[in-house]
Amino acid sequence: MIDIRLKKELQGAHGKMTLEVDSQIHPGDLTVIYGVSGAGKTSILRMLAGLFKPDSGKIEVNNSCWFDSEKRIDVKPRHRKVGFVSQDYALFPNMTVRQNLRYALDKGQPEKIIAELMDVTGLTQLQHRKPDTLSGGQQQRVALARALVRQPEILLLDEPLSALDEGMRVKMQDYLLMLHHQFNLTTLLVTHDMAEIFKLAGKIFILDQGQFVRQGSPQEVFAYQEISGKYKITGTVLHIEPNDIVYVVSILIGHQIIKVIASEAERKGLKTGDRVLIISKAFNPIILKING
Amino acid sequence: MDWSPISLTFKLALTTTLVLVVIGIPMAYGLAFSRFRLKPVIEALVSMPLVLPPTVLGFYLLIAFSPNNALGRWLNEWFGFSLVFSFEGLVVASVIYSLPFMVHPVQSGFRHVPISLKEASHLLGKSRVTTLCRVLLPNMKPALLTGVVLSFAHTIGEFGVVLMIGGNLSEETRVASIAIYDRVEALDYPTANTYSLVLFIVTFVILFTVFLLNNGYALKRRI
Repeated sequence: MIDIRLKKELQGAHGKMTLEVDSQIHPGDLTVIYGVSGAGKTSILRMLAGLFKPDSGKIEVNNSCWFDSEKRIDVKPRHRKVGFVSQDYALFPNMTVRQNLRYALDKGQPEKIIAELMDVTGLTQLQHRKPDTLSGGQQQRVALARALVRQPEILLLDEPLSALDEGMRVKMQDYLLMLHHQFNLTTLLVTHDMAEIFKLAGKIFILDQGQFVRQGSPQEVFAYQEISGKYKITGTVLHIEPNDIVYVVSILIGHQIIKVIASEAERKGLKTGDRVLIISKAFNPIILKING
Repeated sequence: MDWSPISLTFKLALTTTLVLVVIGIPMAYGLAFSRFRLKPVIEALVSMPLVLPPTVLGFYLLIAFSPNNALGRWLNEWFGFSLVFSFEGLVVASVIYSLPFMVHPVQSGFRHVPISLKEASHLLGKSRVTTLCRVLLPNMKPALLTGVVLSFAHTIGEFGVVLMIGGNLSEETRVASIAIYDRVEALDYPTANTYSLVLFIVTFVILFTVFLLNNGYALKRRI
């Protein structure tokens, strides 16, 4: 059981914010922390890893104390058994794939885990390559394998898939799930990708303004939101041009530009660069499968 | 033709550089990564040789190392050598004089290695020394090379400090820069010219090699 009780004053993008969380993570679970950027997700992971010191609180992992502000315990990062994969992967550029993994071995730890990890992550062919010759997905796999060499008590993943393209991301999610089960890991993943949550998470914490506002299984948490026949999509205004008596507003949504008709009254106050919400009744949507 | 000033110059530069590698890297590490109240004082002191006339440094070292002084007497009694007018004294003075040329590039090298690499190494259970030797230093070779070569080249170019503290003793403290001055005073221009030419060519070759190698590193990284 992993017990986390943390409090920390953070200087966020919107001024001061108090991060205050109190929760448990069960061994063997894949838990996701979800929240908008600036909500304090990365700070929580960094505090667990010992890279960032909480103002007060307690971290207990499988009955050993990693941090306790009252007893003045603060175990150094290198003595905490965590696997950490950061957004930039932090692979050592001077070492080959194999050397990166070997570097992670503890003193006296048998080497056979290296071959095993390279085998399950499909890195055996690439073992003598340097990281900067690998693709994003391959680097990701090296970072993941390296984090698992010491058989960590908890695996911390800080939006590890955010830099990958869609196809690669789906593949890596499968890898993650497979590794999670095969090595019986306790995993804490930070993400803001909804599809990823439904695919991976056993349990989810929703972080908002430094607090866990809801927690539970993804279905429980998101069923909470009212499901309606309305679309709500946010986008950015790119261009507004008059056309007869109405206006045509070009709006960027994701990577797509759509055109929306607006009346004089609706157009008022809109300018290029504004963030807008587009609402539509879903009376005739067409669903087409695009993958596989 | 007496070649001893040339060989003495390179012996001095080599010794100084080795000493600087040993003390300069930990110093640069401390300045790059730790925060303590006296840090600006240390940084200012390390940089002083850049702006101070070498004679000032030489003058104070001469006073400090003089056998008439407590420090000089203590060194003399305990180690049995004097730092004034001796090769050992030149090494100490050169180390202080070339300190910024080692510490500055290495310090900025440390800052340019992504902090996440250092963190990753610690999270993989590795100590600070292991992280330094196997992760940080190998990933900042251009900075190390710059530090080593600048210290070496700068020591070759030393004049004022050597003159103040070393004097002009053949095979002990008469380095090339002093010998050139000495030969010119004696109106022996051909010898002065030979020494000068050797220094000119050697320093050019050294610096050229550094820039060549560092450009190579930069190109490799861009691919």
